[in-house]
Formats: sequence, structure tokens, C-alpha cells
Amino acid sequence: MDRAATADRIAALIAPFNKNGVAIEDSSSFAGDLEFDSLTVMDFVAAIEDEFDIIISMNQQAEIETYGQLVDAVVKLQG
Amino acid sequence: MADLFSKFDGLIAQREGLLATGVTDPFSLVMERVLSPTVAVCNGHETILLGTYNYMGMTFDPDVIEAGKQALEDFGSGTTGSRVLNGTYAGHRAVETALKDFYAMDHAMVFSTGYQANLGIISTVAGKGDYIVLDIDSHASIWDGCKLGDAEVVPFKHNDISAMDKRLGRIPEGAGKLVILEGVYSMLGDIAPLKEMVAVAKGHGAMVLVDEAHSMGFIGPNGRGVAEEQGVLDQVDFVIGTFSKSVGTVGGFCVSNHPKFEILRLVCRPYVFTASLPPSVVATAATSIRKLMDGNNKRAHLWENSRTLHGALKGLGFQLGTDHPQSAIISVIMPDLERGAAMWEALLHEGLYVNLARPPATPAGMTLLRCSLCAEHTAEQVQTIIGMFDRAGRAIGII
Repeated sequence: MDRAATADRIAALIAPFNKNGVAIEDSSSFAGDLEFDSLTVMDFVAAIEDEFDIIISMNQQAEIETYGQLVDAVVKLQG
Repeated sequence: MADLFSKFDGLIAQREGLLATGVTDPFSLVMERVLSPTVAVCNGHETILLGTYNYMGMTFDPDVIEAGKQALEDFGSGTTGSRVLNGTYAGHRAVETALKDFYAMDHAMVFSTGYQANLGIISTVAGKGDYIVLDIDSHASIWDGCKLGDAEVVPFKHNDISAMDKRLGRIPEGAGKLVILEGVYSMLGDIAPLKEMVAVAKGHGAMVLVDEAHSMGFIGPNGRGVAEEQGVLDQVDFVIGTFSKSVGTVGGFCVSNHPKFEILRLVCRPYVFTASLPPSVVATAATSIRKLMDGNNKRAHLWENSRTLHGALKGLGFQLGTDHPQSAIISVIMPDLERGAAMWEALLHEGLYVNLARPPATPAGMTLLRCSLCAEHTAEQVQTIIGMFDRAGRAIGII
């Protein structure tokens, strides 16, 4: 799957967690712009993992701060 | 110069805000005297203790006290050394033997605290390239054990068997896997479906570690914990436990049947690079553990206390952490920190001590009044406690 298609699917998964309706760009940060707390992160990561059938360990999550970084990581994890 | 303490500003402000309301600081209570496992003097008043982990009431057991005194006389006040150098006395071996007998397992390794037992075993057993799959509500010592090691850490939703199953299924083939579960989760007092979870873990070829800190002595036919109660203890690779709850002193341990277990004594840093427990502590622990082996009457009374208090609090209209009593912990969910602190203070004025628990210790940002029962609480004390909750709850407007 190419980057654009992956990005679209991730954007759709973010929607239910995007309580303030923030416009999503590659630079949007999960902690700052989207105000995800640790529980939201867990539920959101679970949704991503289930959608793409991948595993994103907490070690990997530590490197992912923005939407753009997440899309890149998911593209890479899908091989 | 950047102040390294500025990261605590939010918490400092929250604390100051709370104390400005005039409420007693719930996190700086001093017990001036301790009269028994269930009663202490706080602020000059006799107070019923409903917030200790003294589940089996062993802290004042005459045999336990006597064993400690004797060891203090015979072996001195401390070992001043690591277990692997000059810190292993006869008493350390004796308490490990007591643990092997208690759990009917081949190996036992004693640490200086339960926290260090998790820190040491987890960080040593799961190394680089291995995967740890653990419940998101795991105790801080488990998380810190993950952080100290180099394994990939994958959490799953609390007690969610299918979430755990899915994550285990996605781990790359050939990687080592350690599943970490707790028997009793100490914030809400709920237990894990270990029978199902251990089967799933084994199906994926994972090793399983279960922390039974809050179940030792009174859950399971021999008090070995939730894994024993649910019939899967023989499939658990590592049981972590503590001396600071039912055993009534301080220290931590791991028991296991793994044939290579003893090598951990040389490679586990939180075991090697710290002083061993004082002789009096291991003597009290060994005596207490052996007495816990036949504590059936006390166990039955503890369960009766738990059922009585749970039913009564539920009946009064409090929101509790579990629908039915699953352990010796009964968690009362507070609407917010302010009313939680007010309720805590009202109970203290009534003469009752409970734990006020807050994030990050609690799940989902909850404020909890955590009650833990003791086998030495009399039926009369439990009725007194219920009356205190009734009055305080109505005064604060929670019920």
C-alpha cells in the first residue's frame, strides 16, 4: 500500500479520537495538537494495529510524535 | 539556568490548590503508635486501619516477633552486603526454603523488596529482541522492570483476552515472548482471568510471569494465589511475590520451576547490586510464611469480612471497583479529587484510615478510596467501619 492510501486509512481511524476536530497535517502532534492522553493513545494504537495487522511496541511509539511520523512508521511496518 | 524542577509545576499547583481548601494532607499521615494489625494512633486518635496490606494480620504474631528478636540477637542488625558476596546468611536460605515449600516449586530467589523482584526478573529475563506483552494496568514496578530492560514492550487493554491474543499473534516469528499478568490488580481489587490468559499465552509459546503480591496467603486452596485458584499455577513460569503484604514484613521474591533459574543470582542486577535483607526480616518472613500454610480459619474470616463490607457499601449506594468482592481490596470510586480528599478526611475524623489513590497509580484518571481488609478485623470492627462510611458519605454528599 502506498503512503497516500495508508495516510487516508489512518486519518479515518483518527476521526473518532479527534474530539476537538483539529485539522490533521503531517506535522500535527498527538500529545500537543490532538491532546491524546495515555489511555487514548492505547486505544488509538490498538485501532491502528488491528487495521493494518501490525504491532507497534511502546519503544517504537516513543519515536512517533506526529501524524506524519505515524504514517511513515506504518508504511515501513507493513513492509 | 533551566530549573530541572519546573516539570513538577503542574503537580505542585494541584497540591497547593487542594491543601488551600483546608483539607488534611492525605499523603503525609503519621502513625504515632501501632496497637495491632488493625488499630493505630494517628493525630492522637485511635484509628481503625483499613488501608494497609496486612491481609493476614501477621505483623504482631507472637511467633513472628519472637523469631525476629532471636535473629537480631544471633545475627545482628544487618548483613552489610550483597546476596552474592557476604549477604547470604542461614536465614536467607531458610526463607527461600520456606517459599519453595509454600509454593511447591523448585527454586526461590529473595530480593530486598517486591519492587526489586519485578525490576530484576523482568529486566533480566526479557532482553534485546524479546517481546514483553503486559496488561496496561500493571503495577509501577512491572513498568519500571520493562524500562530497565531492553525488550520491546507491548501493552494490551486491561484483562482483555482477545487484545492480548492478537498482540501475541503479531510478534515476529522466533522472538522470545514474556507475558506479564497480575493475580489481583490492586487499584480496583479485581482479579485476572488467568485460566484463559495463561492458555492463550502458552498457545503462542510465551513464558508467563504472574505477580501475586495481593493474593498470597488467602486466594487459592493453599494460599498460593489466583493462578492456583484457577488451576493454572503449574503453567506459570515465574511467580512474583512480596513479604510486605500478607507475610507482614518487607522483601520480594520470585519462585519458579525453570531448570536454569539459579543462574539469575549472578546476572540479575537488582539482586546483585544491593544489600540483602536484615537477618531479623528474613527470620520473621520465614516464620510467617510457614504459619500462612495452615491459615484456613483466618482465610475464611478475611473473605467473610470482604463480602460483608462490599455488600454493605454497595447497599449504601457507593460506586465500587468491582460488582462482587474478588479479593481483600474494596475500592470506592470517588467523583473527583476534591470530594475524594474530603471523604478521606471525614473518614479519618471518624477514626478510619483508608488509602486515597490517585493517578498515575489509578487507571483511567480515577480517584479511589481503597479499602483493604485484614483477617484480624473483627466482625464488630467491620460493622463500625460501615457506620463510618455511612455518616461520612452523607456528610460529604457522595451518597
